[in-house]
Amino acid sequence: MNILFHPWPWYISGPLIGLMVPALLILGNKTFGISSTLRHMSAACIPTNAKFFKYDWKAESWNLVFAFGVALGGLIAGYFFKNPNPIQLSDAAIESMNQLGIKNYSGMIPEDIFNFSSLLTLKGFILMVIGGFFVGFGTRYAGGCTSGHAIMGLSNLQLPSLIATCCFFAGGLLMTWCILPYIMNL
Amino acid sequence: MKNIKFLLLGTIFGIILIKAEVISWFRIQEMFRFQSFHMYGIICSAIVVGLISIQLIKKFNIKTISGEEIKIADKEFTKGNVIGGLMFGLGWAMTGACPGPLYALIGSGYLVIAVVLLSAVLGTYIYGVMRNKLPH
Repeated sequence: MNILFHPWPWYISGPLIGLMVPALLILGNKTFGISSTLRHMSAACIPTNAKFFKYDWKAESWNLVFAFGVALGGLIAGYFFKNPNPIQLSDAAIESMNQLGIKNYSGMIPEDIFNFSSLLTLKGFILMVIGGFFVGFGTRYAGGCTSGHAIMGLSNLQLPSLIATCCFFAGGLLMTWCILPYIMNL
Repeated sequence: MKNIKFLLLGTIFGIILIKAEVISWFRIQEMFRFQSFHMYGIICSAIVVGLISIQLIKKFNIKTISGEEIKIADKEFTKGNVIGGLMFGLGWAMTGACPGPLYALIGSGYLVIAVVLLSAVLGTYIYGVMRNKLPH
């Protein structure tokens, strides 16, 4: 039963994530990618004249169903079979988190920052609302996210995906090392 | 009903994301600070398995279960790969989540992440509206 509650090591979970690529191709002739769901939801829910949203999003409903499945998987693995222990971070990471002023390590995310009441603080608003905006704007502008570019695109030896993945990391490094310390001090 | 297999695959993917802990803001920070091999091991081994799978599919001309030819569209380079990529990177380190993990986190009970998701949908919407004015 332990395997259900405990986290899986990288050499189990990584290859399993990689297998999503052939599974989607063979079962449905679909290329692995998640960020397109943001476009479909926008097309389905927000009225607009923008050409970018004038397409048959219902034809891409598999993608939304897949995303719903991801949430369902989250419910199963993160709620019913929740890991009772805090995440085993490296000592160096814990040291860094302390420096950022994070005190609550019990969950999968820092619950002292990511909660409804901190949405009304400048720090919480920037991290969740502005951060989310960058994720949505950036992934669509880049033409994909970690799944579509880093996993699917690199698996298919696509140069644009390599460039995009390098930029994902460059942006993440810039935020982590140069900007985040200031946001965390707000 | 034809979508039920995607529901199943998505569910499996969601379980993997949680058990791999890649949905964790802490793990993403640890990665960007080069303080653990965990995330790198996951991303690299996923790519290796994906790469071998696609090579095998191409080499043996494997068909889908319904007998179709498997087609994978090439990605075309645009300036968005760079500018949008950098923007997404900033957001990734802020929220600690890319789109897949957003869904998994909401499912696992972190309902506040729905706000991040809504904001991401809004970001995509604004991109779509501004698209013609952006360099590509």
